[in-house]
Amino acid sequence: MISDTLRHFQQQYDVVVIGGGPAGLGAALAAREHGADAVLVVDREAEAGGILLQCIHSGFGLHHFGEELTGPEYAQRVLEQTLEQDVDLLTDAYVLDLTAGAAGGKRLKVMSGAHGVQLIDAGSVVLAMGARERTRGAIRIPGTRPAGVFTAGLAQKFVNLMGYLPGRRAVILGSGDIGLIMARRLRLEGVDVAGVFEIMPHANGLNRNIVQCLQDFEIPLYLSTTVVAIHGHERVEAVTVAPVDDQLMPQMAQAWTIPCDTLLLSIGLIPDNELAHQLRLRMDPVTSGPMVSSTMESSQNGIFACGNTVHIHDLVDFVSAEAALAGANAARYLAGDLPPQDNVRLVPGENVAYCVPHTVATDREHTLYLRVRKPLESCVIRFFTVDGTLIYEKKLRYVFPAEMVNLKVRPRFLENFHGDLLRVDVVAR
Amino acid sequence: MANERTLLPNKEPLDVTVIGGGVVGTAIGRELTRYRLHVALLEKEAEVGFGTSKANSGIIHGGHHAAPHTLKGKLEWAGNQRWDQLAAEIGFGFQRIGELTVARSDDEVRILDHLLGQGHDKGVPGLELWDRSRIRRAEPNLSDEIVAAVHAPTTAVVNPYEACLGLAENALRNGLHLFTDCSVQRLTQESGYWLIHTTRGTITSRVVINAAGLHADTIAALAGVPTFTIRPRKGEEYLLDKRLRGLVKRVIFPCPTPVSKGILIIPTYDGTLMIGPTAEDIPTKADLTTTIEGATRVFAAVKELAPGISERDCIAEFAGLRATVDGNDFLIGPSAKRGFFNVAGIQSPGLTAAPAIADLVIELLRDDGLAFVPKANFVAANPAPVHFATLSTEEQIALAAQDRRYGRIVCRCELVTEGEIVAAIDRGATTLDGIKFRTRAGMGRCQGGFCTGRCMTLLAAHQGKRLPAITKRGGNSWLVIPRLDDLTLASARGATGGDREDATL
Repeated sequence: MISDTLRHFQQQYDVVVIGGGPAGLGAALAAREHGADAVLVVDREAEAGGILLQCIHSGFGLHHFGEELTGPEYAQRVLEQTLEQDVDLLTDAYVLDLTAGAAGGKRLKVMSGAHGVQLIDAGSVVLAMGARERTRGAIRIPGTRPAGVFTAGLAQKFVNLMGYLPGRRAVILGSGDIGLIMARRLRLEGVDVAGVFEIMPHANGLNRNIVQCLQDFEIPLYLSTTVVAIHGHERVEAVTVAPVDDQLMPQMAQAWTIPCDTLLLSIGLIPDNELAHQLRLRMDPVTSGPMVSSTMESSQNGIFACGNTVHIHDLVDFVSAEAALAGANAARYLAGDLPPQDNVRLVPGENVAYCVPHTVATDREHTLYLRVRKPLESCVIRFFTVDGTLIYEKKLRYVFPAEMVNLKVRPRFLENFHGDLLRVDVVAR
Repeated sequence: MANERTLLPNKEPLDVTVIGGGVVGTAIGRELTRYRLHVALLEKEAEVGFGTSKANSGIIHGGHHAAPHTLKGKLEWAGNQRWDQLAAEIGFGFQRIGELTVARSDDEVRILDHLLGQGHDKGVPGLELWDRSRIRRAEPNLSDEIVAAVHAPTTAVVNPYEACLGLAENALRNGLHLFTDCSVQRLTQESGYWLIHTTRGTITSRVVINAAGLHADTIAALAGVPTFTIRPRKGEEYLLDKRLRGLVKRVIFPCPTPVSKGILIIPTYDGTLMIGPTAEDIPTKADLTTTIEGATRVFAAVKELAPGISERDCIAEFAGLRATVDGNDFLIGPSAKRGFFNVAGIQSPGLTAAPAIADLVIELLRDDGLAFVPKANFVAANPAPVHFATLSTEEQIALAAQDRRYGRIVCRCELVTEGEIVAAIDRGATTLDGIKFRTRAGMGRCQGGFCTGRCMTLLAAHQGKRLPAITKRGGNSWLVIPRLDDLTLASARGATGGDREDATL
């Protein structure tokens, strides 16, 4: 894979995209297609592609490419498309600083193994830094601190990229998709997987992963059960697990101890947003990502964002769709060609954790992404005005917190609405 | 850090051997290397500072906390004054940020008055009693219920593991013989010398300094002087996300009780807030667990001092064991056996006192008849390590242009470059924790999620090992094992390692 192509490498770009995963590459491609001439993608790894490169399982691309691909295949396609559009790609590189530059532009301090530390000016910037995994500290599992407690993604890197196993017998805490995928991956490698433990009463990963990764391999899933202690001094020797009550408090009387040498954590992803914080962008406390308009523009002009930096996706296909929007608008921004400003703010209501984008315009079509808090069957999504008037509703067969809901919002849905704030509910029919 | 592979031949007996490479042992070791003496330091862990010292709160106490009639009280203030010079020479993070000991009631204000008087008597400069408005101005995020505080400008924060590693590195520069992974099993005496039988062989030494921390009672018993018992007292500490940086600017102490200094808010040298420690007497020296009860106690106590802190901000936690003896004072001095000296019971303010403890040990050895002839070629300073993140943009540009490894980020939470990781390995890091304590790689909010693989690969390449040989902190703390396919292939070929693994390195 070509890792470093720099046609333009210079101090001045039209659009700089931070992050070379599917979000960043997709945004760069769209920026070129919408008139940006010099586009640079900065990626921290030696090869662009992001976390997809270690996701060697299949199941990617059904929506975006209309066929089932592995992670590296998906990454390769997006990368080739992007490079064909003559986008500069700087890998093994890192953006240290992002500040307001001259004439409404942005200035980036970029370091790389090949070019050292450089200051680069950009007309607009797309944030596509992805996410990081929540760690043991975030949930404070009591016990010792031996080697052998890894995030599921790090274990995936050990196995799929570095060619080593994290241990011989593993317990997995959290039923996030990476944890489910790793349960199967480790089992295929001959590692004994004692089980997946989920504190919530429902699984946190996609249903297809529960079936294909756990049930097909007879790996037990324990719902409403969590790890309450880690044992071992140098290396993990065992973990203690216990069921939790409906307040999520562990029932220690029913606890049991499982000998193992590895504990994998798949307890969620957090958008990686150092630069967004540095820029003091308005953030959504639920997503931990920047608030974005329907053009994927943040609270600061000329700073766009897409992918897991904005909110955690479960399918890369939707990341690609969001990236195309962000990249296109980053180019339009340069040409002074952005569509009129949004006029409606969306507020999460009953059983809705968040909506992205945070604002929409009534004069054009949007894709709205949202996540529910509780699973429901035979439900309905409803838009209400401030005073409780129903503006629009649509039936949904089911919703799960683990599966992002996406909804087309068309101008005709909102033609009778003249306010500036809509509440979004997802409730039982 | 050159870790000697074999013990010295017996025909060259050592003058002094220090058992224990915590901050006390390394401070003593480093002071001894100022003189024309043969000195060894034995550490049972993979690197120095990996025991109690790495879990230290990292506070150089102001000097006024410990009562003047105790050994602690004498050495606290004497030690405090030595740290500026040590930090400048050795090159570890150190800053005098001051402290506030706060009172929330009139009863507590009376205890503050006592503390203030005690500090004045000991000659600690700059102590002041602050009223509510002065506290609000200086620390606006503290609780409104705080009515008064003693401000001590002499209090500092330090990275305790950096101090240990730096002291040992400097001592090595000056001729110390360091043996890590070296556990003492027996001590015998023969014609005026001590024979120290270890897991790595036997060495002969005229003097033995027992600075074995939690295990000092075991070592004393091995020497035939089982005169004290170490009682471990556990402290749990919780680290908070860096976005809370600046919430408080000084070390915040609650009003002390007769048994404890209480649970503190500590703005560590690197800007991360740390809260704790708990203080719990426990039956075993192996219990380094953090507990739900400990976390509950720490967060509840801290919210009373600064209501802006919440459990959600926690990024990591750890526990350490204080080595206490009955009477709760330091136990420093000669034993009934000639040439065997105890430096035991070094709990808080042990870190603060460590440089003064080293001075005291030298006086004790001088009294015992050891000759202290200064070395002409003693080098007091370590070369300053590079901290890329703290350089100016111009310096960063120049450094990365000169050495590309400084243009490559390995740990992005703490902005640590490959150049710094390699420098840490060159300076003696042999484990993942050794890299972490020297560079902060892996200490940030992702807790090593991204940089662990890179650090392991760099360590393996430097040591000419394969990844399964890399450990978190020595011993059995391995990180990865070969894939079973590779093992099967390797055994089928009758080889010990597959080509595939070599290729991955």
